[in-house]
This record gives sequence, structure tokens and C-alpha cells, in this order.
Amino acid sequence: MPVTLKPLESYRDDFSFANSPAAIARFPFPFPDDHYLYSVNIEPATAGAPGSVFEHCFDIDEHYRSETAERARVLARDPQRFVVMPHMHEACWDALEMLMTHLAADYPEHFRLTRKGNQWTWENFALDICQRFTFGDADTLPYEPLEYIGRQVQGDFALLDQRDGDLYMDAGIVTGPADWSLAFDAGMSFKQWHAPVPMAHQMGVFDRALKYLLNIPVERPMRRLNWTMTINPRLDTSSETFHEWGHERGLVTADNVGRLVHLRVELQHMARLPRSNALLFGIRTYLISLDELATNPAWACRLHRVLRGLPDAIADYKGLTRYRQTVVDWLSRFDPEAEAAA
Amino acid sequence: MNGLLDVRVAAVRQLTPLVREFTLEAEHGALPGFSAGSHVVVHMPAPGRTLRNAYSLLGDPAEAQRYRIAVRLQEDSRGGSRFMHEQVNEGDRLQLSPPANLFGLHSEARHHLLIAGGIGITPFLAQIAELERRGASFALHYACRGGLTDAYRGELAGRLGARFAAYDASAGERLDLAALLRSQPLATHVYVCGPQRLIDGVRSVAASLGWPQGRVHWEAFAAAAPGEPFVAELAASGRRLEVPADLSLLEALEQADVAVPSLCRGGVCGQCATRYSSGAVEHRDSFLAEAERAWQLMPCVSRGCAGSTLVLDL
Repeated sequence: MPVTLKPLESYRDDFSFANSPAAIARFPFPFPDDHYLYSVNIEPATAGAPGSVFEHCFDIDEHYRSETAERARVLARDPQRFVVMPHMHEACWDALEMLMTHLAADYPEHFRLTRKGNQWTWENFALDICQRFTFGDADTLPYEPLEYIGRQVQGDFALLDQRDGDLYMDAGIVTGPADWSLAFDAGMSFKQWHAPVPMAHQMGVFDRALKYLLNIPVERPMRRLNWTMTINPRLDTSSETFHEWGHERGLVTADNVGRLVHLRVELQHMARLPRSNALLFGIRTYLISLDELATNPAWACRLHRVLRGLPDAIADYKGLTRYRQTVVDWLSRFDPEAEAAA
Repeated sequence: MNGLLDVRVAAVRQLTPLVREFTLEAEHGALPGFSAGSHVVVHMPAPGRTLRNAYSLLGDPAEAQRYRIAVRLQEDSRGGSRFMHEQVNEGDRLQLSPPANLFGLHSEARHHLLIAGGIGITPFLAQIAELERRGASFALHYACRGGLTDAYRGELAGRLGARFAAYDASAGERLDLAALLRSQPLATHVYVCGPQRLIDGVRSVAASLGWPQGRVHWEAFAAAAPGEPFVAELAASGRRLEVPADLSLLEALEQADVAVPSLCRGGVCGQCATRYSSGAVEHRDSFLAEAERAWQLMPCVSRGCAGSTLVLDL
């Protein structure tokens, strides 16, 4: 079923972003259980149910126009959200090829790719783009290849160089990170950029995850869900702009919690880039306000229990501490057993 | 869907009495791209069972429409190389796992020193194509046996000139690893593929010369599943499953409709960890702690020791 793209909405200022009932119905609710703890929750990224966010490797949804416009705005203000080290150029072309071929195959109503040897034509009907270029020749594109395609797809991308039995964040386009910074993490190894995560190191989660990622073969992509919470539907919660959004955690009250607080879910996609052997790490972010989420009472009940029992260290790391109790109190109305457990 | 690539043998070339080259094309659609140093696991339909062997892709990664592999006939073949030499002909169909790379070029190397022994030349054929395209500094040293295991030698000599040296053991020529490694510039990475004694030799010479371990690379195929046959007994029902050499315990359980949750199928995630009460286990996972291995195993990669009976809490 073709995806209908909504007109422009905003992820800042007046925050006009909202989910349609259809977008709510396909939201990737990340909790299979009443208790949340870190795990290596990686699974093969096989084609999911039609219409679900798992149907295609790179999900395009109703927010496409808004998200690409937001990315352009962030890049104009801060070009450092795009990084590519000299040894990563081949990986960037790999990523461009992977994204263009998937998008054109999965969304023919929005994208078309025509290849004649190295002469490629890329058409993006949603953004009214028609670009002829020579594959492998960056001078024939208006941007570096990763930035070029990154500006036309939803979600952030990091390209990880594989060497020394480790992964290094040596390229990326990241305009909507959940409280981290590509410019800060650039060049770091897998465990270095995960250093701030509490508890998981001791559990051995990163040792296992790294071993797993190193062995991903071509055409066997993997995926996992991660989550946090964000005040307002703000996509750009980068470390660089903390001064713009960090204080909003103090604005949450019992009256505005349903509108202000959003569950933020990352659908992470890990794929081997065939020619460069780099790993593509896609982070596709979905935002849903608690008001929207509570239209599904089972989700609200589950989220109540997860947040109530979340270890303090994880809540702290995710930046929830200031408003967690307010959210738990508000969600308790959806939990039939809340009284008994309280 | 088993995720395997269906290929057709487009051409076969006998390069030496011991080495045969196969060119493989996609049965339908296109083959996925690959990076220099990648290998595929070839699934061979032998009578009554499937043989699986890993082979390096030796073509130019820029031309991935066809894959090429070269197979050396192994004297003590468990069946795979003999099958490839005696049973596989032009037009035949095979299945491949998608390419995986455990022997990639290091992005920080200033000079790449490539050392091949015999059929170990294969990954380097892809790597020199990549290095030439990048304009990178490299040299290839090839220890071989003239007329038997010296495939591609003439072609390489012509193509690489002074960047190539061959050492024919049957002519008494010898590769002096200590002299070679001692003469390398700083920030050289050395890559070795060949017989175990060549790999051991390079590693020990490099270590004695003070090379950091991270600058020494060798091809170590992850032993893809096969092992020895054994018997698994299910404690709850008393059922006995014969697990053949080329089937993992997890696959054998699945074939017998015994449900075991699994996720990574590579010994990493811990999902399929299963308790056992007796039997000798060959642990191959990278998940369980030594203490846990006394009563748990991961059937996706680990198996009972040859001829033994493993009693599972299933």
C-alpha cells in the first residue's frame, strides 16, 4: 500500500508534529515484557508484516517531508552533523547504493533509480529531485554521497569501519541523536562510544553485541529496538543543542505530561556494506506523545510498569529522573493493578 | 527461505593438477557485492548429505556479477574438495552463503605485505585488485610448489612486476620470513594465508621482531558448523537423535520438531543455551562462562564429542 506523505510539520518551535491514527497503530512499541533490562535484543531484519515499520529495511512514513526538512535545517546550522574520514569514501558509496536500491524497490511511487553502467539517474518524486551522476565520482553530486542520500531518507546513519576486531565510527550523518553527538563520537571504537551506558558493560552486553556485529555477512542485516523519552516531539536532541532542550525536562506537570512527554523509539538497522566491509548502522527514530500512546491502553499499562520498575541508573542515563514520577503517576490510571502494587 | 544464494557454474578451469577454478553466476537476479578478503561457504549436494566448505572469493570486488573461487584437492578431503574436483561441472547448480569477510584490508596500513602459501593465494587476488585501485603500497610473496600449487603465478608475475616474488619449494627456493619482516617500513601490516605452519611462522617472527599483534593478520575461517557425529538424548521423552557431522545440534533438534528458541545462531546471543546432564561437550560458543559450561551448552554451534551421547534437559 503506497505511503501517503503528510504536509510539513515541525520538530521545533511550535512542535506541530503529530501522528495519525495509522502512524500510532504501526508505532514500534518496544516492550515485550513488564520489566526492562539491557539485553542483546538483536534479530534478523527480515521483511515484516505489510504496513509495519519492519516491512522494509528503510522505513518511509507519513513524516517524510517534515523529517528531511528538519535534517536540512540542522545541517545548515551545524555542518558537523555530517562526518566522513578519508578512508570511508568507498563505504559512503556503498551506503548510497544500498539506500537507493532499497528505496526504489520498496517505494516505487516515491523513488526511481536507473543504472546504465556507472551512469545513474536518481529520481525522488516526493522532493522533486532528478539527479544524473556517475557512481563513484563525488564531483557529479551536489554533496558527498552519504550526505546526498542521507538528506533524502528518514533516520540517522553511522558508517563503522571494521578493523582490529572492533568497529570505529568513522563516518555518519546524524541530525536527530538521542542525547549524543556524532562530532564527539567520531573515530571512537564501539566500547568507547558506549562507555556512558550504565550496567550493560558489567552484564557483558557490549562484548556479545560487538562479536555479533563483526560477523554480520552481506545481505543478512539485523535490527533491534532501543528507547528513551523526549520532551516535545523534538528530533534534534544532540549534545550540541542541550542548552535548547535540556531545561524542558523541568516543564513536565501533571496537566501537560500527556502532551509534552514522548516515548522515543529507535529502530536500529545493522547491515554489512558489501564492497567496503564497513557496517551501516541506521537509527530510525519514532516519536509518540503519551496522549497518542494511551489510545492503546495496553501500551500505557505496560509502559507504566516498565517505568515504575526501571533501575535508577538506567532512568538517570536516559535523562528521565526529573519527570519519571510524574509520568508514572499519570500512566497509573491505565494499569488495573496499579493500586494493589503501589 | 534459507538465505542462500543459488548459483550456476559458468566455467571451470584446471589450473594445476591440484587446483581447479570455478566461475559462478547468479541463477536469478544479481549476486551481492563483496569486499576483498571475503569468503563464501559453498553448499555441495553430495548424495545423502550436504557438504559445506568455505572458499575465498578471488575475483575483483569491483566486478561482482560473477564470483570466482579456486579449490585445492585435499589429500585427506572429508569430501568437499574431492566433490568440487570430481563432481562439479559447467552448468551445475550450487548454493552459497552470502559473502563474509574475516580477512579485510586494514584502513590504517601504510604498506600491505601479503604472504601466500599455496592455495592461500586466493584472498590476495581480490586484495591486490582493491589495492591497485586505491593506489596503495603493497607487495605479494608467494610460497608454492611449481606445477602443483602455483596457480596464477605467471599472471601475477606479469601484472605486479617488482611487487611480486615467488618461492618454488620444488626448486629449493625458500621464503626467509625473518629477513622479509625485518626489512619492512613502519606502519606495515602483514597478511598471511596458507598452511598452518606458514601462519605460525609469520606470527612468531613478527612477535620476535616486536610487531604489535594488531598489524599481523591471518585467515582463520570460522569453522562453519561441521564436526563429528554424536547422539543427543532428550531427557524428558527418552528420544534419541543421531546428529550427523554436517548438522548442528540446533538444526538436528529443529528437524526433530523440538522447539529451542534461537536468535543469532552463531554462538553469541545466548538465546538457545540449553541444559545438559551428562555427556562430553565440544563448546564452541563465545557466550557461556567456563563455569556455566559445566551444565549448559549452545546447540547452534556446540556439539557432543565424537561418538558420545549427550543427555539434554529437553
